Amino acid sequence: MSVNPMHQFEVYRIGPEIKFGNLDLSFTNASLFMAISAITLLLLLFLGTKNKLLIPSKIQLITEMSYTFVAKMINDTAGSVAKPFFPFIFTLFMFVLFCNMVGMLPYSFTVTSHIIVTFILAAIVFVGVTIIGFIKHGIKYLELFVPKGVPIALLPLIVIIEIISYLSRPLSLSVRLFANMMAGHTMLKVFGGFVISLGLLGGWLPLSFSVALIGLEILVAFLQAYVFAILTCIYLNDALNLHH
Amino acid sequence: MELEAAKMIGAGLAAIALAGAGVGIGIIFGNYLSGAMRNPSAAEKQFPNLLLGFALAEATGLFGLVVALIILFAF
Repeated sequence: MSVNPMHQFEVYRIGPEIKFGNLDLSFTNASLFMAISAITLLLLLFLGTKNKLLIPSKIQLITEMSYTFVAKMINDTAGSVAKPFFPFIFTLFMFVLFCNMVGMLPYSFTVTSHIIVTFILAAIVFVGVTIIGFIKHGIKYLELFVPKGVPIALLPLIVIIEIISYLSRPLSLSVRLFANMMAGHTMLKVFGGFVISLGLLGGWLPLSFSVALIGLEILVAFLQAYVFAILTCIYLNDALNLHH
Repeated sequence: MELEAAKMIGAGLAAIALAGAGVGIGIIFGNYLSGAMRNPSAAEKQFPNLLLGFALAEATGLFGLVVALIILFAF
């Protein structure tokens, strides 16, 4: 193996070192690619809504499609009560999608392949949903842990299981995205290493595999952003419509 | 046994978790397909559920992969 496939996930400093005590706030390649994805996203949405035409241009069409896609997703999973949370879920979906897609470009860095990034996103969702649930239902929100129609003998066990499953939501939400992105990119690099090590004669087989895998990875990048957003909608649904 | 060798074996064993994910994803897509063949008009409505089940099944397997990577690189 010529190159370590985990080398691509290395975070290094670009530019000057900024330190506050023990806190290292230097600008890294991770921050650079996060900024690139955010700027691309803002640019797309800005250009898409600049000239509002009845017959949309291509870029306006993309913007409108992503809008209706997310709006439909929220409406289907959490109902019309969740309409006020559309901006948040739209931002979350588009940000994760763009981070994943920018990571698919050669020589780029996948921001979402680091667990701290996905964990912060998931923690925001978890804390926010819990606060919304308590604001909307008060102490009755704890009824979420007591499913209806369970025999009384089983209730203590079920409540403990429900509480554990509720608390593990941010973990499973973040690990799902992070592990998918990291596993996919490691696999791409391993197959790329096969092409190099097999050389001009035997390298064509892994190369064709690599092309197919990149297609799969683009699908996974979209799917994981979609799953992240739809799970947020489902958690929101739990908080807004208790027992529905 | 040397520590390095034990780490490799442990990581390999942890990756077996992905077999379960493979079985689960196969069951989900297979059942979706057979359901969609029986009632094609209802298929489109269940597509989000399909993706959701796929993601949930895959995540459990990936936890095993994460354990393998932690054994290999974090210790």
